[in-house]
Amino acid sequence: MEEMYAVILVYSTAHALKAEKVLQRAGIACRPIPVPRHLSSDCGICLRIHREDAAAALKALEEAKVEIEGVHNI
Amino acid sequence: MIYLDNAATSWPKPPQVLAAMARFMTGVGANPGRSGHRLSVEAGRIVYAAREAVAQLFHAPDPLRVVFGMNATEGINLALRGLLRPGDHVVTSSMEHNSVMRPLRALEREGVEVTVVPCSPEGVLDPQAVLAALQPNTRLVVLNHASNVTGTILPVAEVGRALQQMNGPLLVVDGAQSGGAIPIDMQADGIDLLAFTGHKSLYGPTGTGGLIIGERVPLEEFRPLIRGGTGSRSEREEQPDFLPDMCESGTPNAVGLAGLEAGARWVLEQGVEAVRAHEVELSQQLLDGLRSIPGVTVYGPAEAHLRTAVVSFNIAGMEPSEAGLRLDEEFGIMCRVGLHCAPAAHRTIGTFPVGTVRFGLGAFNTAGEVDRALEAVERLAEEAGRRTPGG
Repeated sequence: MEEMYAVILVYSTAHALKAEKVLQRAGIACRPIPVPRHLSSDCGICLRIHREDAAAALKALEEAKVEIEGVHNI
Repeated sequence: MIYLDNAATSWPKPPQVLAAMARFMTGVGANPGRSGHRLSVEAGRIVYAAREAVAQLFHAPDPLRVVFGMNATEGINLALRGLLRPGDHVVTSSMEHNSVMRPLRALEREGVEVTVVPCSPEGVLDPQAVLAALQPNTRLVVLNHASNVTGTILPVAEVGRALQQMNGPLLVVDGAQSGGAIPIDMQADGIDLLAFTGHKSLYGPTGTGGLIIGERVPLEEFRPLIRGGTGSRSEREEQPDFLPDMCESGTPNAVGLAGLEAGARWVLEQGVEAVRAHEVELSQQLLDGLRSIPGVTVYGPAEAHLRTAVVSFNIAGMEPSEAGLRLDEEFGIMCRVGLHCAPAAHRTIGTFPVGTVRFGLGAFNTAGEVDRALEAVERLAEEAGRRTPGG
């Protein structure tokens, strides 16, 4: 079965790497990847997560006060 | 050779600093935050780790509020240019370095009102005098945390806490000499903007430093010094309005920041208090020794715990420039002489325009080195005494 992913868009690389640390601490697998062109023309990175982790990821980021731009299924 | 110029830049550096920089150049090397490939992400992680280390050391509210630049001077310019507008008033002290004085004098010509609160001849600042200088249009108070001439520690926390309690002007602190050398807690001390350097008591390389922007600072009013590419919001031709990108344009000194992270981590591992205790002990040895040499005048507070490990002195009958040259050539002692880029401070302590001889101690200096430096000064003072008429 094909893996189902979502990406978390953030404001900057620094935000992405802060978010990565928060998710790692919360035990949520994530990987920084280039922002998919169809979501944003940003040249930065976003965090790819498994779709089923989206709710837990958002909760962890909110608790750690990491601002995000949005979550999109890819 | 004895290196006593740590107030200019610390040396040697912990081996971890060089190792981290070599690792960056050989194993990572990419541009942080510009591309999505793994080397770029890894470079970004290293820069972010440096933000975290600096934030931890100074108790910054958030690593994203750490803005990197070349040095403390750039951080100070960013804070002053970021917030001061014509018609604003700013209060500072008479112990400031030119990193504060020159931008303020330039802003003065552009319509900013500047009040310089005098310090005592030991460089001591009365916090009440700062508060008494406030006006309805005071936008900033800018204070040197520790003098690069006398080492005198200024009461920034007393001023900062008072300003926060009255919901008053923002406090900018020049932490070039204090960061890493004495404990700093931005939040507890009421420091709104902290300029820091990486290459002194954080034991990183030159070309690293910056500004930490606290939560009381209104970002919507804050102007960056330069604008340009940030790797974020690339579709827009306007500068991002969030930290750190708002104030960090262009490719950063990533290899330097790799070293800075290692230096800051080394300081955290040693403990600021432990490094401080070592430097207080050596400073007291140096202060007491210099005072006991006939013909030597020592500036600043007599007690080492009131100052950072910076000691300025003069030898009667010998210009600082001659003393510096001879300490280098005859005794292998590296120090700094003259005005130390701080004419205001030298006017305050009464040594303008001649200046002083300055010994700046660091974590790697030893009691034996201080003894040898004292012997050298004693020899020079004896000789200067013999050639002074009647001396």
